[in-house]
Amino acid sequence: MRTRIDYLRTHCGVAILVRTLMIRRLLLLAAFTVSATVPSFSQQVNLTGAGSTFAYPLYSAWGSEYAKLHPGIQINYQSIGSGGGIRQVSSGTVDFGGTDGPMTDVQLADAQKNLGTDILHFPIALGADVPVYNIPGVKVDLNFTANALAGIYLGKITKWNDPEIAKANPGVNLPANDIIVCHRSDGSGTTFIWVDFLSKISPEWKTKVGVATSVNWPVGVGGKGNEGVAGFVRQTPNSIGYVELIYAVQNKMSYGQVQNAAGKFIKASLNSVTAAAAGAVKNMPNDFRVSITNAPGAGAYPISSFTWMLIPRNPKDKTKAAALKAFLIWGITAGQKECEPLTYAPLAKSVVDKELAALKYLHY
Amino acid sequence: MMGVKDAGEKLSLMARLKKGDEVAYLITFASALSIILVTCLLVEHLWVDSALSRQAFGWKFLATSTWDPVTDVYGALPFIYGTVLTAFLALVWGVPVGIGAAIFLAELAPRRVSNVLTFMIELLAAVPSVIYGLLGIFVMLPILTKYVVPVIQKLFGFLPIFKGEFYGVSYFSASCVLAIMIVPFIVSISREVLLAVPQAQREAMMALGATKWDVTWKSVVPYAQRGMIGSVFLALARALGETMAVTMVIGNVPQIRASLFAPGYTIAAVIANEFTEASGNLYISALIELALVLFAVTMIINALARLLMLGMKSQEGGH
Repeated sequence: MRTRIDYLRTHCGVAILVRTLMIRRLLLLAAFTVSATVPSFSQQVNLTGAGSTFAYPLYSAWGSEYAKLHPGIQINYQSIGSGGGIRQVSSGTVDFGGTDGPMTDVQLADAQKNLGTDILHFPIALGADVPVYNIPGVKVDLNFTANALAGIYLGKITKWNDPEIAKANPGVNLPANDIIVCHRSDGSGTTFIWVDFLSKISPEWKTKVGVATSVNWPVGVGGKGNEGVAGFVRQTPNSIGYVELIYAVQNKMSYGQVQNAAGKFIKASLNSVTAAAAGAVKNMPNDFRVSITNAPGAGAYPISSFTWMLIPRNPKDKTKAAALKAFLIWGITAGQKECEPLTYAPLAKSVVDKELAALKYLHY
Repeated sequence: MMGVKDAGEKLSLMARLKKGDEVAYLITFASALSIILVTCLLVEHLWVDSALSRQAFGWKFLATSTWDPVTDVYGALPFIYGTVLTAFLALVWGVPVGIGAAIFLAELAPRRVSNVLTFMIELLAAVPSVIYGLLGIFVMLPILTKYVVPVIQKLFGFLPIFKGEFYGVSYFSASCVLAIMIVPFIVSISREVLLAVPQAQREAMMALGATKWDVTWKSVVPYAQRGMIGSVFLALARALGETMAVTMVIGNVPQIRASLFAPGYTIAAVIANEFTEASGNLYISALIELALVLFAVTMIINALARLLMLGMKSQEGGH
């Protein structure tokens, strides 16, 4: 005879069974829905990149943010320097590279030979260099004309009260002391931006010294890293040096204003650097390999530069390639909001539009 | 069942291996061989990778002073000068201090004082060189700028090696930092060697009526001199190769100046500074050739020093 308990047991059993089946079905349904809304990278994709130390904090933040949105994708970036990044992406060791200076034609040709495909440049953020100085008795932000900076770094302007500096700073009591110049001893994108600007505004610099991540400096002492230059300037009266804008802001250093192509003295800030990119977009080549120092525009800061992501046009691994393309699109659109907290200047909208249009050059 | 073979019987290899001696011989031989192999591989690699630069510049590389990555013209002379000068000066400051401290700790100090001080000095040997670099920038450079260099320039400013503006970073500052770094090596090894001198030597001198200092200087130190010179070699090797501490306080300017107070550059510093960003093939090859030059300079200096030592030994007819 079936007792109540038996009845309950059977029914409960069925109920439990049904409930379990339903739960399992619901879970499956949920999983399908979730995986249908999330783009199709349900398998693990590992993207490796290497290069610019300047851009490392940004790639790092992007990597973790992106992994939260797309759990299948792991992005690993090693900051070994722009030169290393160019070398690794040209030999196919990494999926993308980061660089503060665009690749030269020779490097592009070499990469073509090695990989069998071109490497494309996509700017992802902006950086800038600022002049820092230590003059006893001078507490205000000095104005520097482009010729003043070139003259100082060429060794032509040797005293702080030189007319070229004094005429831009009326009312400031500049002493008649020797200027002690400091530059970077290590090869760096920061140096590249600085000498690129000096080359543009000073023909003598262009012929005598030239542009590279490391140059043969006519005068001055070398400090290692932004911290080396900043430390030297801080400890040595009558000295001048250049550091990354991010470094100056994060360490609350005071820095000077530089005269731009429009004749205005601009203080470097995220806005003025982004304005430089916007000003340069008119004449920007389609491969984005352009220097935006001394950019036109009233509000543009003249010593600004892109930092680029290097992506092969036609790589062999198509899954990785698609993931990389999606990452790049996210980075230059939604990812730009990570720039400001890290003190990078975000890309100007006109540049982003141009990049999205250029994505068609990627063969996938 | 060790050791003794029957007279005239030759054991097979397997039988010999069963005896511990042969195995020990082979293992230690393999260890020694592996170190030599690694060194040979290193030199071979340096030689091969610097081929581009050697073909482009030849012997001019060692004689010219321009280092220009933009026009791809490279010359190693300022770096060789800086390396040799800073190492030599570091020895000049460091060896008297080190040997003096070692003699004090081994012979003249009371045992308790000696143990405590030795422990502290040997700790110094374990401090990473970056820390020395930071100490150099933030502590030593201001002291040199404010107190030491003005005094030297007032007293000896007429000498060409002490002329010129001093901005803190210079050959002089780098050699001071290097001296501080090599003293612990000299002290700890020299002290061990001095302590190992047999007591009989000291007793013999004292029996002849020598004072404590006579015993130390005329009997113990000469007996231990081979070991102390060995410690100086070790210190020299560290001074020649030191990178981070030097690059932070030397000023990183590839120039040759007579004044010790001028900024300069060393081979290790320029390689550390420029290698990661170097992207041209000739540039990288030139940096690797610099590494090969440093290797050669180290070998030559060591060889010269050993020749000097041989000369000294034959003069003294010593031990």
